[in-house]
Amino acid sequence: MKDISLHLMDIAQNSVSAGATLIQISFDCRDGFLIFRLTDNGRGMDEELLKTVTDPFTTTRTTREVGMGIPLLKLSAEITGGSFEIKSQKGEGTTTEARFVIDSIDRIPIGNVDETLKTLIMANPDINFEITFQSEKSSFKLKTEEIKKYLNGVPIDSFEVIEWIAENIRDGMKVVFGGVLNEISG
Amino acid sequence: MKSLAELEAIREKALKEMSLRDNTGKIRVVVGMATCGIAAGARPVMNAFVEELNKRNVQNVNVTMTGCIGACRLEPIAEVITPDGKKTTYVKLDPEKARRIVVEHLINGHPVKEYTIGEAE
Repeated sequence: MKDISLHLMDIAQNSVSAGATLIQISFDCRDGFLIFRLTDNGRGMDEELLKTVTDPFTTTRTTREVGMGIPLLKLSAEITGGSFEIKSQKGEGTTTEARFVIDSIDRIPIGNVDETLKTLIMANPDINFEITFQSEKSSFKLKTEEIKKYLNGVPIDSFEVIEWIAENIRDGMKVVFGGVLNEISG
Repeated sequence: MKSLAELEAIREKALKEMSLRDNTGKIRVVVGMATCGIAAGARPVMNAFVEELNKRNVQNVNVTMTGCIGACRLEPIAEVITPDGKKTTYVKLDPEKARRIVVEHLINGHPVKEYTIGEAE
């Protein structure tokens, strides 16, 4: 995975498969860390699965016995000197958190979070997404549930609406992370 | 910053156009979006499908995503499912190929044979 937005795509896909109706995504820059957190209200995992979930030879897939998504994210975070944590409650949902050391030479860029969100919302119009960006500079929040209310029946996956959301997210990233993450100009 | 006024303009325009849409007989495009697909470049492929369809104002196609389709070495993969249930599996896609599939298959009804799984295997 070349950047964090691709990891986001991958982890969010697990939430979709788990039947989530709400997916909360946050990126938080503080104390030298970039913290990526994804919380869903999907079916969750039991303790047994949770224990083995960072093992690449664990997967829910039936066609093959390897699952690389979570182990790759764990590696991307730990290689910077950061950490990875996954918590889950059967029937309640799952929270995945990866902490990256911002200034580590091995940290992958945050990537096109707007493009990932665009794709996720478009493909899953019935799932509500909440996205939060936070830094010492500023913060940004977008909830698709509120946008849906405002749209008054116009589908959220209409092309122009999706483009509007993506641009909003792009602007939000600039305001919050510009100059904080060196891949985003201030 | 994008403003709510812009969103309102989009909403009003969409409400007017919605009555013109026909939702029956939709073609489905399903893009594999598991770890294997994403790492191989499925996200830009999916975006290319959507952007090209919008550019050409095609309304009878739904683009969606799924997990691992099972042939990771051939990713990015997309399946085109027509209303009669016929399925075409395209493999090793990129945005350029996706745009060609929109024009030749989704609009004109001729599958792009050279990108199909049968040709790649």
